[in-house]
Amino acid sequence: MASPQPRIGVVMYPGSNDDHDALWALAALDAEAVPVWHGEPELPELDAVVLPGGFSYGDYLRCGAIARFSPATAAVRDFAEAGGLVLGICNGFQVLCEAGLLPGVLLRNESLRFVCRDVRLTVERDDLPFTARCTRGQRLVIPVKHGDGRWFAPPALAAELEANRQIVLRYAEPVNGSVGDVAGVCNEHGNVMGLMPHPEHAVDPLLGSADGALILAALVDAARDRALLSV
Amino acid sequence: MKATVLVRPKPGILDAQGEAVESALEHLGFAVSGARIGKIVDLEVDAADEAEARTQVEQMCEKLLANPLIESYEIELHG
Repeated sequence: MASPQPRIGVVMYPGSNDDHDALWALAALDAEAVPVWHGEPELPELDAVVLPGGFSYGDYLRCGAIARFSPATAAVRDFAEAGGLVLGICNGFQVLCEAGLLPGVLLRNESLRFVCRDVRLTVERDDLPFTARCTRGQRLVIPVKHGDGRWFAPPALAAELEANRQIVLRYAEPVNGSVGDVAGVCNEHGNVMGLMPHPEHAVDPLLGSADGALILAALVDAARDRALLSV
Repeated sequence: MKATVLVRPKPGILDAQGEAVESALEHLGFAVSGARIGKIVDLEVDAADEAEARTQVEQMCEKLLANPLIESYEIELHG
């Protein structure tokens, strides 16, 4: 019996610009990639959701601060709270932090410079739906491109997240001044994850690295499992 | 009623912009320290009196204008 193709939504905000790359990458990894307009108050039938990179609402006020109030974000919140899989990439990570679905906040890079290059990452957890194709301690090479990627949490919160094992990825080199070199975090239940690097830009060795496919393909696997359960 | 909201990075938060501006001021020969960069939001609030305006603007700050993790806010009302 052929396994079902999982349906993964990609939310398109005004100012998103990595939505098409995310749709392309998910389709290349054998998911049915479904664009979701930001004005939609309800999500279609989906097995996972991706919030893509870009500059939603011009990054006005704070990155992600305004996207947090769009109708689709409210629907994503309901989806996440019901246990649905949600991955936020770059601006999507910022939106999830502003929405309170992920801990911490992303601030202006310490250098004040936009960073756009491949970076080395260390995988801290391999037991999440997003990292099941990785092994703990594995090095990944995935590009970043951001001006506001310095993850911050006050010391007490950062310590709590370390103790709860909510730090999923760390930079293995100086990138933006993040507390604890954090590049990606998850929520307490492990069904919502955000990261500043762009896995959707690293799914083909032709582009320098296919390590991003490890993360997105793991998401597709997990979404497929959920699709099978709901059949 | 006119309102002004001052949003500041909380003490202890690394303010890279403030540091860059401070260093530029030092290069210009000014003896300065503690430069911090925040935001000003000017608003016209439709409210019956000052107390109501303040309550409304406080809600705006809590919900959107400031992120309590990193920013503090101060509200000024101008008759």
